[in-house]
Amino acid sequence: MARKRFSQQKASEQGPSVVVFAAIKAKKLRHPVRSIIATALILIGLVVAVDAAFRPAYDWPAVAKYLFDHRVLEALVNTVQLTIFSMLIAIVLGALLAVMRLSENGVLRNLAWLYLWIFRGTPVYVQLVFWGLLAVIYQNISVGLPFAEPIFSWQTKAALNAFVLAIIGLALNEAAYMAEIVRAGLLSVDRGQEEAATALGMSWWQTIRTIILPQAMKVIIPPTGNEIISMLKTTSLVTAVPYSFDLYARTHDIAAETFNPIPLLIVASFWYLAVTTLLMIAQHFIEKRFGRFESYAKAKNSRYKRSRGVN
Amino acid sequence: MSEPMVKIDSVYKKFGSNLVLNGISVEVKRGEVLCIIGPSGSGKSTLLRCINHLETISAGRIFVDANLIGYRQSGESLYELHPRDAAKQRREIGMVFQNFNLFAHLTVLENVIQAPLTVGKVARALAIEEAKELIARVGLTAKLDSYPAELSGGQQQRVAIARALAMKPKLMLFDEPTSALDPELVGEVLDVIRDLADSGMTMIVVTHEIGFAREVGDSLIFMDAGEIVEAGSPRDVLLSPQQARTQEFLSKVL
Repeated sequence: MARKRFSQQKASEQGPSVVVFAAIKAKKLRHPVRSIIATALILIGLVVAVDAAFRPAYDWPAVAKYLFDHRVLEALVNTVQLTIFSMLIAIVLGALLAVMRLSENGVLRNLAWLYLWIFRGTPVYVQLVFWGLLAVIYQNISVGLPFAEPIFSWQTKAALNAFVLAIIGLALNEAAYMAEIVRAGLLSVDRGQEEAATALGMSWWQTIRTIILPQAMKVIIPPTGNEIISMLKTTSLVTAVPYSFDLYARTHDIAAETFNPIPLLIVASFWYLAVTTLLMIAQHFIEKRFGRFESYAKAKNSRYKRSRGVN
Repeated sequence: MSEPMVKIDSVYKKFGSNLVLNGISVEVKRGEVLCIIGPSGSGKSTLLRCINHLETISAGRIFVDANLIGYRQSGESLYELHPRDAAKQRREIGMVFQNFNLFAHLTVLENVIQAPLTVGKVARALAIEEAKELIARVGLTAKLDSYPAELSGGQQQRVAIARALAMKPKLMLFDEPTSALDPELVGEVLDVIRDLADSGMTMIVVTHEIGFAREVGDSLIFMDAGEIVEAGSPRDVLLSPQQARTQEFLSKVL
């Protein structure tokens, strides 16, 4: 019935040059197995949900109590800050490494490779522990010439607190992954684009900035969104530094006081999930924005073809 | 001004052990159209790409408007140009590619104004005004805001020509500009190139369109295996080729 109405509506849209046809009226094919599986899954889901609602171990009143606790909210802010700062540094550093890997300079190329090899080849947790021990390895940070009195010198412990070390640790690890994403993006752009820009007299940097990067964004943006979401969750490892004011460590510490870990795990999970959801929505819109020239062209193109088809 | 616009002086080009250009010498006078024909792999495209230094040459000299391309000569010594100076040389040489290579993320208008804005530092309003004139010249005013993906191959190539002209080049290089086109779209692109030739632009056109070469070319060279096999007026070379290789090639394409 619905199908028939659709064809009639389309016919009236197209005006006089229309062929009237009898729409197919067939009984819909049934899928009994599909229906049974779906029903069973819904039932199982309901049972689990109802059970969870009344199970005392989840302690929902405690969840409600700590969900908007100021310590939890502050920890949430810290976690978001860790994510943002480390991703910003990782994206810039990753882009730099990607360009280095594509460079004609062999030293730069190999240096970038070495960086990737080390930072992708060791666990981020181990790297974070290392960063935490930075002050033990290097007591002072000095700027100056070798074998001469340093021009500036700082005590490492005083200059870099756990929050900064956590950001450095997360960012340097992530930069290795961002480098591969940016490199894939740059390589996805047809070589002819670079050639055309060069032939017009554009410099290497002008070509990268105005021609290659805008087109590479289409390939770079989606996995970068995934990396941001992934980073939000990886921040729960900064306890290795040790930094203990992020969402996971903070809820863990509160639980240690109350001897009631499960509701605080739920609180942490709730906030991770909330931020992840926001990021996914943002990612959706950003992807749409950067896919613009293609999707826009496609939409217009199909309209163009249709209008031609009618003539 | 008897100085030729382009002077190619015994140019050799090697890719690894493969000799792609084997001692090419040819001159193009101001306002002249040189057509290059020859089988694929004969080095015609490579020669074109050497003229704006997209490829480096292994030996010889190329001059455009009396400027040595890609190098600076001081006494006996030759110095590689800084990329900035090589880019400066390229601004004066327009190039049109077989695959158009329009910037896919930019509209027709944006494609044409991009280089004047970023390279030429032209004021935006002026760049737009000039771009619109060029786009009108290639007959695509109706497509100003279209993206390359929405255009036919012929339209894309006409935009590519307008884009190259936006830098006000002294020389235009065409690398098989109609080879990637459907047969029915070849004419519209050749018309634009013909108009450009009539306006006095100096051009080098690598082409498989023998009829076009005969009609528009002031001179013509036939290349094979990295050498100029035969050179002369298009009429002479195409109608009464002296060399066996030229005769063989022409018998295949005509």
